[in-house]
Amino acid sequence: MQEALQFRAPAEPLDRTDLVEQARVLRHPPHGSRRGLPLTIRGLRKSFGDHEVLRGIDVHIPAGQFVAIVGRSGCGKSTLLRLIAGLEKIDAGTISFGEAARREEIRVMFQEPRLLPWARVLANVEVGLGRERKTAAAQARAEQALAEVGLAEKGGQWPAVLSGGQKQRVALARALVGDPRVLAFDEPLGALDALTRISMQRLLERVWRDQGFTAILVTHDVSEAVALADRVLVIEDGRIAHDIDVNMHRPRQRGSADLARLEGSILRELLKKSGDEQSAEDQSVL
Amino acid sequence: MSLIDSLPRVRALRLPRADGFVQWIVPLAILVIWQAACSAGLVPTRVLPAPSDVALAGWKLARSGELATNIWVSFWRAAIGFVIGGGIGFAFGLANGLSQLSSKLSDTTLQMVRNVPHLALIPLVILWFGIDETAKIFLVALGVFFPIYINTLHGIRTVDPQLIEMGRIYGMSDRELFTRVIFPGALPSIFVGIRFALGIMWLTLIVAETIAASSGLGYMAMQAREFMQIDVVVLSILIYAALGKLADSASRLLERLTLSWHPAFQKH
Repeated sequence: MQEALQFRAPAEPLDRTDLVEQARVLRHPPHGSRRGLPLTIRGLRKSFGDHEVLRGIDVHIPAGQFVAIVGRSGCGKSTLLRLIAGLEKIDAGTISFGEAARREEIRVMFQEPRLLPWARVLANVEVGLGRERKTAAAQARAEQALAEVGLAEKGGQWPAVLSGGQKQRVALARALVGDPRVLAFDEPLGALDALTRISMQRLLERVWRDQGFTAILVTHDVSEAVALADRVLVIEDGRIAHDIDVNMHRPRQRGSADLARLEGSILRELLKKSGDEQSAEDQSVL
Repeated sequence: MSLIDSLPRVRALRLPRADGFVQWIVPLAILVIWQAACSAGLVPTRVLPAPSDVALAGWKLARSGELATNIWVSFWRAAIGFVIGGGIGFAFGLANGLSQLSSKLSDTTLQMVRNVPHLALIPLVILWFGIDETAKIFLVALGVFFPIYINTLHGIRTVDPQLIEMGRIYGMSDRELFTRVIFPGALPSIFVGIRFALGIMWLTLIVAETIAASSGLGYMAMQAREFMQIDVVVLSILIYAALGKLADSASRLLERLTLSWHPAFQKH
């Protein structure tokens, strides 16, 4: 499966990028109801004090693509996601969403579910409707979103009685209920146990295919990235070091040799820089 | 061997509705021992009257209407002082928890005032207000102010910032953010303040009434001391205990009603 690996130079000339994008859109027809928004980032920089976290990010994400962003801790991947979600101020550069996107069309899901403990599950999902919360259809929409994540009968419960995976599914329903066009995930499965993770990954993939939003997944787990994403961006030292296409059929077979080989080569790239090749070998054996 | 044998029997003793009863075993036992000691002449009635004598004194005062009047007067002072002091404390707690400017302006001053024992102000308060109602209400309000102020402030400051960020992402207005995220998040801490304040409320009122009043429970006790009516003095003390317990139970009930979402209050 060597052709699945296409390492590209990080900063390409703009005109060429567009050609590559056109080819990519042909290869990846938009999913579902075609609700996704394209995302273009140019020369993005961000510093916290003296520390420059992002040193010039240039990338175009076509509508409806599932992009995973991986990197070591502290590489700036979460900062990139927070900038995309509008949670931090941009120092330099631009992030644009094709058409004039409204803030409510971009949603974030965090590692913590961030549910209101004093609101019942259904009311927590209704929070996701933003200003449309007071409309007559609010409750029906929330119930529908809850059914979509498989928790239809839990609407009247307090969040405190739910398991970690269930809470995270409620958080997903809250993000989905407003019909987002871009959904950004910040390590959404990081705090879950291995089996719950796998079923959550399947759920994420399913709702993404059904709804066709543009998905941006920040994760430290390379196997999760290759299992879910169309494309993996590897961030090193505040720049995109590698931009890798994952041309594999869905649904993907977890633990298959192709995925493992791709995962191993990404891990090797990640670890090469710091010179601990031995652990890269160890990882790829897994 | 015998210990192990006894274990299941101990468990079998537990009655279905034992919880409500168990907490009263110790007070009842004390009452029985007290009565027995007095009846047997072990304790001179000039030192401690028997519970039956105290009950009798209570009955006499109740029949004359004196008891109800005094309880009502004390309760009324406590309630007004609590509402005024608690209200101001809550308002300052909110303001200083939500606004940096307000906090910078007033928090240091309030913390300084807090370190003055409010009962030390009694001479000053008597000079200002005489032994009028205002003096007692002022002292109660001052005593109640600080626990409510500090716990409201603490509650608001410790609301999970991740929840606030979530609220902002989902487009909540400042008002919605307060009513749906910040206030419910601060509520458990506010209740801690209320329960502290209720204790201080009774303490302050009794001290104030003992020193300077012409009605109320504290006055009744001091009056009885003048006439060596030790049964009435003991009766007053027992009424304080009962009123304190009542106030605490009321706040617990309110807590249970408003914090039903909290894991600590969920029945399994």
